[in-house]
Amino acid sequence: MSEPYRYFLIFIGATVVYNIVLIRFIALCPLFGVSSQVETSIGMAMSVMFVMTMATTVSWLAWNYVLEPLHVGEFLYIPVFILIIATLVQFLEMVLKKVSPPLYRAMGIFLPLITTNCAVLAVATEAVKPGFLNLNVAYHFSLPEALVYTIGVAIGFGLVIVVFACIRERLETSPVPHAFRGAPIAFMTAALLSLAFMGFTNLLGL
Amino acid sequence: MWDEFKKGVITENALLKLMVGLCSALAVSNRLENGIFMGIAATFVLVCSNILIALIRERIPYQIRIPIFIIIIASFVTVVDLVMKAYVPVVYERLGVWIPLIVVNCMILARAEGYASKNSVAYAAVDGLGIGVGYTLVLLVMGFVRELLGTGKIILFEKTIVSLGPFNPPLIFVMFPGAFLTFGIMMALLNRYESRKKQ
Repeated sequence: MSEPYRYFLIFIGATVVYNIVLIRFIALCPLFGVSSQVETSIGMAMSVMFVMTMATTVSWLAWNYVLEPLHVGEFLYIPVFILIIATLVQFLEMVLKKVSPPLYRAMGIFLPLITTNCAVLAVATEAVKPGFLNLNVAYHFSLPEALVYTIGVAIGFGLVIVVFACIRERLETSPVPHAFRGAPIAFMTAALLSLAFMGFTNLLGL
Repeated sequence: MWDEFKKGVITENALLKLMVGLCSALAVSNRLENGIFMGIAATFVLVCSNILIALIRERIPYQIRIPIFIIIIASFVTVVDLVMKAYVPVVYERLGVWIPLIVVNCMILARAEGYASKNSVAYAAVDGLGIGVGYTLVLLVMGFVRELLGTGKIILFEKTIVSLGPFNPPLIFVMFPGAFLTFGIMMALLNRYESRKKQ
């Protein structure tokens, strides 16, 4: 398998074939919590991509240069990664506030939420322990591959929450059976969207 | 005490009422067996972290309480992670990334922040147990419905305990959309039951 093609497969696999929200159920809280307006979902998607990329880079370096050489990765990776993510989010919040106030206003409110967004921890874990992943291109990710994977996941996440927000904006004015109003109809919508994404299964042999 | 327990199971059910901790519940509930193990794991972490946080709650500086809670939770999750890997490797393989993800399950952090850091040890333990049992019950119901409809039978510890006989099962229930579908219908039924009771 040639190198660029491998990157392409990782990207497509992460974005649509194993879509993080609809196929793997990671990061459902923002899907049902945040996405009732298109604009806020775009903000959320951008900040998630930002944090995810940073978090994966740092966790990958920590795993390959600190945890693995010391043989402590197996039982320390959970606390270490979550600490990295929490610190990073806090750090980003301070930097953004100082360096770019408009960006801070756009992303600021989402940043604390992202610490407990399972997608960030999941991606950081999978980038270093690809055993969790059933993408059959994954054995062991190099740093560029881990980054391509992360960006793919983040784009997949953004795609779904923006589409979902559009649908929910329409749902507000539609006649929904009484018992289904609010959350249940959102789950039904998600079921149909997930069904649509299942159409990508086996795309390019992934 | 009993009221605290009942509150976690019914009126403040984490999944159906507060809608926290959804990700893991939807992802692992395709088999009854997964539901049992995931429920036990989450309940263990909930009870232990609640007890520990309630014990040291007066010594935790307010400004850095969230990192401290997360570290406490992460330590207990590591315990679960290693124990399950050693004793039930098959289930561990199937649950995969969901075991480490218990750390960021908002249900657990929400209980630590909202309850354990304000109440005495005994109450915090009972609260953790109640929420954990409520979570497990929903997982069991979903696992039962999805496995039965999706595969036509229920396999528990390598034994078939219920079988619907020979028919062509709608596979969709064990697959991804089935989780949303089952959960949405459960919520709708609950809504309907509650609005009936009010009238």
